[in-house]
Amino acid sequence: MTDNGVNSDPAIVVRELRRRFGKQQVLDGVNLDCPRNQITTIVGPSGCGKTVLLKHLNLLLRPDFGQIIIDGVEVTRLGSRGIDAVREKFGMLFQAGALFDSMSVFDNVAFPLVEKTNLTREQIAARVYEILKQVGLQGMEQKYPSELSGGMQKRTALARALIRRPKILMLDEPTTGLDPTRTAAIHELVRDTQQRFGLSAVMVSHDVPQVFEVSDRVAFMHLGKIELSGTVAEVMASDSENFKSFLAGRASGEEEGPASQIIATVGR
Amino acid sequence: MRIIERLGEAVIEGIVALGNFVLFLLSALLYTFAPPYKPRLLIRQLRTIGAESFFLVGLIGLFTGMVLGLQGYNTLRRFGSEGALGTVVALVLVRELGPVLAALMVTARAGSAMAAEIGAMQATEQVDALTVMAINPVQYLVSPRVLAGVISFPLLTCMFDVIGIWGGYAVGVGLMGAPSGSFFNGIVQNMGGHDIAIGLYKALVFGMVVMWVCCYKGYHAARMATGVSRATTDAVVLSSVLILAWDYFMTSILL
Repeated sequence: MTDNGVNSDPAIVVRELRRRFGKQQVLDGVNLDCPRNQITTIVGPSGCGKTVLLKHLNLLLRPDFGQIIIDGVEVTRLGSRGIDAVREKFGMLFQAGALFDSMSVFDNVAFPLVEKTNLTREQIAARVYEILKQVGLQGMEQKYPSELSGGMQKRTALARALIRRPKILMLDEPTTGLDPTRTAAIHELVRDTQQRFGLSAVMVSHDVPQVFEVSDRVAFMHLGKIELSGTVAEVMASDSENFKSFLAGRASGEEEGPASQIIATVGR
Repeated sequence: MRIIERLGEAVIEGIVALGNFVLFLLSALLYTFAPPYKPRLLIRQLRTIGAESFFLVGLIGLFTGMVLGLQGYNTLRRFGSEGALGTVVALVLVRELGPVLAALMVTARAGSAMAAEIGAMQATEQVDALTVMAINPVQYLVSPRVLAGVISFPLLTCMFDVIGIWGGYAVGVGLMGAPSGSFFNGIVQNMGGHDIAIGLYKALVFGMVVMWVCCYKGYHAARMATGVSRATTDAVVLSSVLILAWDYFMTSILL
């Protein structure tokens, strides 16, 4: 946590968050603090509720119970105007990129500015070229998402998430479907961007333990609760049985189970 | 007891689904009139639904009119009233076949594509991406399509009618030898503004219904490939059924 007065409160605070789908209690009292200007990574076995938690943080879902405070604003009871105002504060990188496939890279990245601001064409173009350069995609402006590699799509999506200069960046499994080299490159890019823009980032990831290299804090989620959270060193030093067996399962290459897909379809 | 429980559950689910279906249309209509206004989204949809359907609708109109000319001539000749051919062709086209067939054709061409497109956007989280960017997906995706449907369908129907009447003329008069003068004279004498209005009312309602159903099915598609294909099929089937059912009710009310 930083000690510079006004901004010492965490970027995101979650208290006692509960959410049930049918008979399944997916979030069962989640408590989480995401400090400012740091990368907080949420890890956990498939079906533990990490994607659903992220969908609550980006306000796509509403909880049954509990509080979410984003940049000092309690968001769980906001109306649609209030929610839109909070959404201006964060950028979101979706798992598969969620790029608009009918638009070129340029139009995708420019989209939030075109739709939500009154900037002129020239101003928008300048911003887009600048951000594309920062994510290493110069010269790709006129390509369509289908013509890009997985890693480039992620970069484009990251550029789109950053174009409105948000304070908070949320990332849902940013390295899904990438090979180890590209995974490392995206991790490095996330770290680089976070530092350059002074962002507070929340990332859901399954790339354990590689993702720990770029994380400041780790929260381990198990059965709808945050079982363990702290700096990377603290979490690694813990003697939680669940965390150890999760790490061991990951190391032995255990695959994602069907549970995560159920959560993904339920998550509307 | 289990059976009653299940029955109750099914009824409640059905009512909730119907409620969502209606609320979806209401919010699409409401957002049509709410700022920010994006005319370019509407224009793009007018092109997809209207302009790009023109050729297909015209072609179907031509053949429908031609077959009406052929059948009409052969039937009317038995009663010695070939002179009424123009009236028959025009009334059948303007009141019934124009709006219904044009709507069915646009459903098959643009409606199915729309359900698939929105369904795929849902499956790849593009709809969520819009929401997270503080852009209302119903306002962005659905409202322009419904409005474009309401504008395009009556126009397409008019073209269908006109091309159909010329098709009927070509076959009935040109090929079969029905009297040319009474073909158009009959239309002028026997078809009033009321007949044209009925056809246009129908087209207007069909435009709304088709876009509503197709967008709704796409928007609520299950987030996987089979979900998208299922949504597309459902959209076309439900739209077609609703077009024909509504047609009956509207005819019985407006007649």
